[in-house]
Amino acid sequence: MRVPMTEYLVIDLDTERWVCRVCAHDMGDAHDTYKAGALVYDRDPSEIHQPIIDPERYEYTFSPDPNYCRILEYYCPGCATQIEAEYLPPGHPPTIDMLIDVDALRAQWAERGLDAEQVFTYGPGEDAQKYTAELKAAGLVR
Amino acid sequence: MTIMDNRPSTLTPQEQQWVDDFMDETTLFLGPDPEIMRSHSIAERSAHEELAIAAGVDRLQIERIRKRIAGALDEGYEMCEAQGAAPGAKWGDLTTAIYTAAGDVSYLSCHGVIAFSAILHHPIRYIMKYWKDEPTVGIHEGDGFIHNDARYGNVHNTDQSMIMPIMREGQIIAWVAATIHEGENGACEPGGMPSGSETPFDDGLRMSPFKIVERGELRRDLLTFLQHSVRDPKLQLADLKVKITAVRKIMERVDKVIDEVGVDTFVAALRTTVEDVDLEVRRRIKELPDGTYRMDQFMDSTLKENILIKFACKVTVKGDHMTVDLRGTGPEILNRAINSPLCSVKSMMMQAILAFWWPDLPRSTSAMSCIEIISDEGTWADASYDAPMGQSLQASFRGFSAMQALYSRMSFSTPHKYSNVVANWFNQINTFLWGGITQHGDSVGNLCADLNGMPGGAKPFRDGEDAVSPLFCAMADTAEQEVMEEEVPFMQLVSKRLVRDNMGFGKFTGGMGYEMIVASEGTPQWGFMTVTSGAKFSSIYGMYGGYGCGTYPLSMVKGTNVYEHVRQDPSKFDLSIEKVMNERPFEDGRYSTYHMGLQFDIAKDGELYMISQGAGGGYGDPLERDPHAVVRDAELGRVSQKVAQDIFAVVYDPETFRLDVAGTERARAAARAARLERGTPFAQFCEQFVTPEPPKDLLYYGSWGSETSDITATVFTIDGPERVVAPLEELPIVMVPDRREVKIAQLEARIHELESKHGDVAHRKA
Repeated sequence: MRVPMTEYLVIDLDTERWVCRVCAHDMGDAHDTYKAGALVYDRDPSEIHQPIIDPERYEYTFSPDPNYCRILEYYCPGCATQIEAEYLPPGHPPTIDMLIDVDALRAQWAERGLDAEQVFTYGPGEDAQKYTAELKAAGLVR
Repeated sequence: MTIMDNRPSTLTPQEQQWVDDFMDETTLFLGPDPEIMRSHSIAERSAHEELAIAAGVDRLQIERIRKRIAGALDEGYEMCEAQGAAPGAKWGDLTTAIYTAAGDVSYLSCHGVIAFSAILHHPIRYIMKYWKDEPTVGIHEGDGFIHNDARYGNVHNTDQSMIMPIMREGQIIAWVAATIHEGENGACEPGGMPSGSETPFDDGLRMSPFKIVERGELRRDLLTFLQHSVRDPKLQLADLKVKITAVRKIMERVDKVIDEVGVDTFVAALRTTVEDVDLEVRRRIKELPDGTYRMDQFMDSTLKENILIKFACKVTVKGDHMTVDLRGTGPEILNRAINSPLCSVKSMMMQAILAFWWPDLPRSTSAMSCIEIISDEGTWADASYDAPMGQSLQASFRGFSAMQALYSRMSFSTPHKYSNVVANWFNQINTFLWGGITQHGDSVGNLCADLNGMPGGAKPFRDGEDAVSPLFCAMADTAEQEVMEEEVPFMQLVSKRLVRDNMGFGKFTGGMGYEMIVASEGTPQWGFMTVTSGAKFSSIYGMYGGYGCGTYPLSMVKGTNVYEHVRQDPSKFDLSIEKVMNERPFEDGRYSTYHMGLQFDIAKDGELYMISQGAGGGYGDPLERDPHAVVRDAELGRVSQKVAQDIFAVVYDPETFRLDVAGTERARAAARAARLERGTPFAQFCEQFVTPEPPKDLLYYGSWGSETSDITATVFTIDGPERVVAPLEELPIVMVPDRREVKIAQLEARIHELESKHGDVAHRKA
């Protein structure tokens, strides 16, 4: 069974691997961080949050200062989907944001007796249900 | 010298009793009680509650009692909102609540600031422990206690509470309280949230809980003392009366309930709600996957100078137990306003829990009671008694953001969700605080309601809402600027105009924020200030490939009267930060930018102060955004063509705004190929990117990575700045030098350099 863990990642309980939800690329050991299976790029934040006032004349411009802030972009090596964007000081070790107890996850779903993808939703509300249904129709979640 | 050896290592019970008696009789000062202040857990059942519940609980009756209490609290809330003098009250920044005898919130008004459900048990526990049996104080029917100091349990010092007991036959059976964000509190700067406080004594009123209403009468002597201590004595009086009236109205209605159902049933109803929520929270935690979830946030300012200080948060879920570990967070800075007591940080965690995790739960202290929180005192998120806390929201709002963002990860897989998955809400109060003499001759100090215009985070299926509501109060209003202008001597020359490209980019974009341009006129004295961070490092991040917000400058045009320019040439009344700063239409003006910590700055007539609200976090990969949505945003002026191309890889005709479908497909394919080209496998990336310590010139505070228990900090010694790495408890006190002295030293060094370069000899006496 595959359990949706983020917008772009599932944990395959059978193989105990992280898997890309878009292209089914293997993203590594589910006991470890999914980041280990990603490609990473150190982005100058001013390329994303572009200056609104003239950077030649002003110190503060609506753009983050690249000497304070970097954006680490994580891509799926299979389909190049950007699965995370992490804001860090230059040189700071990336944060391991999720470490899942896979055995407990398996036991949790066994107890539920449900298919995790089948019952997946984004929460209450008509618009959430509608969008989830569209995703399921597109085959992105079962 | 007499050396005593063979000293007994422990005291006998009798000796301990003597020591305790001695200490009780000779207590010098009843400061905040760590036993009360470190605990956010609900009290044990009291004997009365035990008996009342043992007598049998009729669930339907309890539900009816809850509903009637909720109605009473909402009525009290509306009274405060309608009658309150404080701007905060008018816009909904307040709450009313009912508490058990021990001080646990059983129910909070449906509107208002939910964070208070994790905070006011502290002052009530203090009152019960220290004043109930104190012969000079005591608690009687009709009494009312006032309180504001966060060191005794509050969101921050600008909020003032009126806390009154419900008593039957001399026994306290419950409490009712109203709390309002009053603003002005006599701090070193107007408005109650000074960014410039450098000692706790700059933070304004330091009200430990004390009795100001005695058996129904407001004590004029104490009231006068409070009025004398603040800039706005009328406000202090008016809102005290408003809170007293609202609390009494709530108590009137609660009295009727008690008369109908009896004291025991009423007490059982309050306690049952608390216990129900506690049980339900444990059940909901159990639904989450076991694991650890971590988020590091970095704040870029002390509000006086740029630094980088970490807010670390690791959540561990195991079964029905959740632990929140804040270790690794940067140290308190003992002469800056950004520090927060732990209780305030917890209150904002509660805000995330009850507004964004489980909004269907009754707002009770028990919603966080079973969650273990680990933190070492002495960090900026768990500040000691001696730290200034004027702008404690800087730390406490990071507590909110950590919990909001991490819950998405924790709950994503769960089959039943209680709220939608949502990216980060904006978390800064980007607004103007102001003070001075009004056009009516009144002395005032307060703030603009624009702080309530925080943009919302994107959801997985829709864009975040623009400037929708503050993270701490879903129903708060941004107010009518024209109403404000009748009371204060400044205009918002630009009010609520969205700033192009100011959104969290993503498959679904975070809500946008608006700009504000103000200038005063016709006042003998007026000034503005700003109290936020995020001008160099984005203050919120995106979710699952979406980006966070940008950064936000304070821009100013000084030395010119813009009103005069506009009167002479009305065509110049076409303002935006982008236009004013890039085109410089006022020739005689001085144009400058700063970070968002502006201490109270005297504003001459017509000088411009310009800031922008932030943006909500984006959700998902921007390359997955519907291209038509990007073109629609471009046509509306929400995004520039450059952003449409660079971030979303969408190609369109800028004249007709027709989407180039094939061109967009090609651009997106190229963008994806470029990612694969430039991306590096994680392990290899870390080898290249990670450094053993922060960049040399960066004033960094906090753990460097999460694998260490040491804190990195720059301390300022007689020989200048020095970086130290040590466990928190071994760090020297961190105090930052006066930035003006630093600047003078830099300028003097430059003068010496130029003098020696040009052989210019100047004789200066020391």
